[in-house]
Amino acid sequence: MTTKLASPGAPVTFNQETTHDLELTVRDLKLWYGENQALKGIDLDIYENNITALIGPSGCGKSTFLRCLNRMNDLIPTVRTEGEIMMEGRNVLSKEVDEVALRKKVGMVFQKPNPFPKSIYENVAYAPRMHDIVPAGKEQDELVETSLRAAGLWEEVKDQLGSPGTSLSGGQQQRLCIARAIAVQPSVILMDEPTSALDPISTATIEDLMYELKKEYTIVVVTHNMQQAARIADYTAFFHLGEVIEYNDTATMFSTPSEKRTEDYITGRYG
Amino acid sequence: MSQSLDDISRQLKKRHRKSARMKWLSFGALLLAGVFLVLFLADMLIKGLPAFQQAYIQVEVNYSERASELPLAAVEADVRELVSRGYLRLIPNRMEANPDLLGTQRMEWVLADDEVDQYLQGADSSLSAKHKAVVDRLTEAGRAELQFNTGFFTNGDSKLPEMAGLASAAVGSVMLLIVTLAFAFPVGVMTAVYLEEFAPDNRFTRFIDVNINNLAAIPSILFGLLGLAIFINFFGAPRSSALAGGLTLGLMTLPIIIITARAALSSVPDSIRHAAFGVGATRWQTVRDHVLPLSMPGILTGSIIGMAQALGETAPLIIIGMIAFIPDAPTSFTQAATVLPAQIYTWASMPESAYVERTAAGIIVLLSVLITLNATAVYLRKKFEHRW
Repeated sequence: MTTKLASPGAPVTFNQETTHDLELTVRDLKLWYGENQALKGIDLDIYENNITALIGPSGCGKSTFLRCLNRMNDLIPTVRTEGEIMMEGRNVLSKEVDEVALRKKVGMVFQKPNPFPKSIYENVAYAPRMHDIVPAGKEQDELVETSLRAAGLWEEVKDQLGSPGTSLSGGQQQRLCIARAIAVQPSVILMDEPTSALDPISTATIEDLMYELKKEYTIVVVTHNMQQAARIADYTAFFHLGEVIEYNDTATMFSTPSEKRTEDYITGRYG
Repeated sequence: MSQSLDDISRQLKKRHRKSARMKWLSFGALLLAGVFLVLFLADMLIKGLPAFQQAYIQVEVNYSERASELPLAAVEADVRELVSRGYLRLIPNRMEANPDLLGTQRMEWVLADDEVDQYLQGADSSLSAKHKAVVDRLTEAGRAELQFNTGFFTNGDSKLPEMAGLASAAVGSVMLLIVTLAFAFPVGVMTAVYLEEFAPDNRFTRFIDVNINNLAAIPSILFGLLGLAIFINFFGAPRSSALAGGLTLGLMTLPIIIITARAALSSVPDSIRHAAFGVGATRWQTVRDHVLPLSMPGILTGSIIGMAQALGETAPLIIIGMIAFIPDAPTSFTQAATVLPAQIYTWASMPESAYVERTAAGIIVLLSVLITLNATAVYLRKKFEHRW
């Protein structure tokens, strides 16, 4: 059995035919909101070009954990973190890593679609221009097109790039947000319940899209939807009360969970 | 045991009566306020509207050698008292500018004395019976009439009521507002940006916060004292200048702009900030590219309202000496200037009835400008309002 997870320094290998390179290694990550400890020592390995799903009941710390990966928690003044998240040999939680640089490497898609109230084009082009990825003009146009294509939105919006991003439907807005994240050319995309505000058809579209995107990017997704995790994720981590109870490849996790609590949650006995 | 429906109804009757009474009382309060407003406006209009018309009379002007020395000689003795002395005084200048006039005689429509104006408007006039008879004769002959008073908008203040106009005060007001806006807008908006977007939430910022709110409630005359002490006595800005006045009003407007700008910034939802941070924007980029543009309509609205308040402000300006007699519009920010409300205040203290008219007319003009400014603010708010 390969279920008990990642002790520090010893990444677990899984019962997979292909082994994947590590994108992020999280070791003993603790986080406090003021006095409340929300994460109690998380160890987790995130594999490159895979989808890792984080599941668990509300308030279990999965979203908090996700926001640690691009240091969005830095925006909350009362938050304090300990431990390490290693990426490219560096601890991204340390002062030596600039959180702005980190967020360029680790993009994010939020629960509620939040396109900028600007044109569709501008939504995608804003960040690359800011990071000097491409000069304005033809190359920028191309980047906008490839990003929108990668997000599966190009055919729907190519004739209305000038209209506001907020005028699109919910599912289209979320794909626009994905295009916006892709345009910065990150290596990891974090998704915080990306389909919870969408209808089933839009959800299916986004899920298909995630499947395509993992060829190029590493995806970490928080979801409340067990079926969604089972459908799309290569690995799944079950969070409970600020701890990772179980972490395994999705097939194993959903067929033969080793922990009673995981099984109870997956089968809907609580959560 | 439950009460019967009849019992409940009996009790209710009393409560309903009280409810109806309160409804009529509160409606009465509204009515009272409305009556006062109507009375005020009607009084202003009745008193002020005549000032928008000015009496002119047609007289024969004799551009003789003698008139260039003694302007009074240019018109005949019987109408001499009826012509504005301000007009007569300028005759030598006109002859100098246009030498062809010398030795000619022509019928001209000239500005009448303020008492003629009052007589023609049907108000009390101190004209003697003899002069009234002359005016009546002129009127019958079609040689005395009321025309639109363009001078009220093109002249500066004057010791002759028929010549007095708002122009210099209006220019002064505009210059003052330019200084106020140039000072208060950037300082106010950046303060709001710091407090709302950058500052940590600690004791110090909360202390600042409370004090800014208090500042907005300080009597405006204290800002006058502050302006006098700082801008004039310490920095040596010229007394009564648009510079000193504008900076003083800027101090007064600052808290209003800070408060409205903060409200506008905080109404931008965090999801926009998160979106910007999420693609790797710095705090300033987030503010400059997303939060500020979205809150700009609100900030502009607040600034316009602040400007409108500054435009109507008199007390602090009296303290720094902006109540002087200014006949000519200032041409630089350091020259002595006066402003519309101060001009109204000056006229209000004059005895001639023509000045009473001008006081009311000045108020009408000032009110119209203020209403226009506020309407613009409302329009901007409605037009660019974001619904999240």
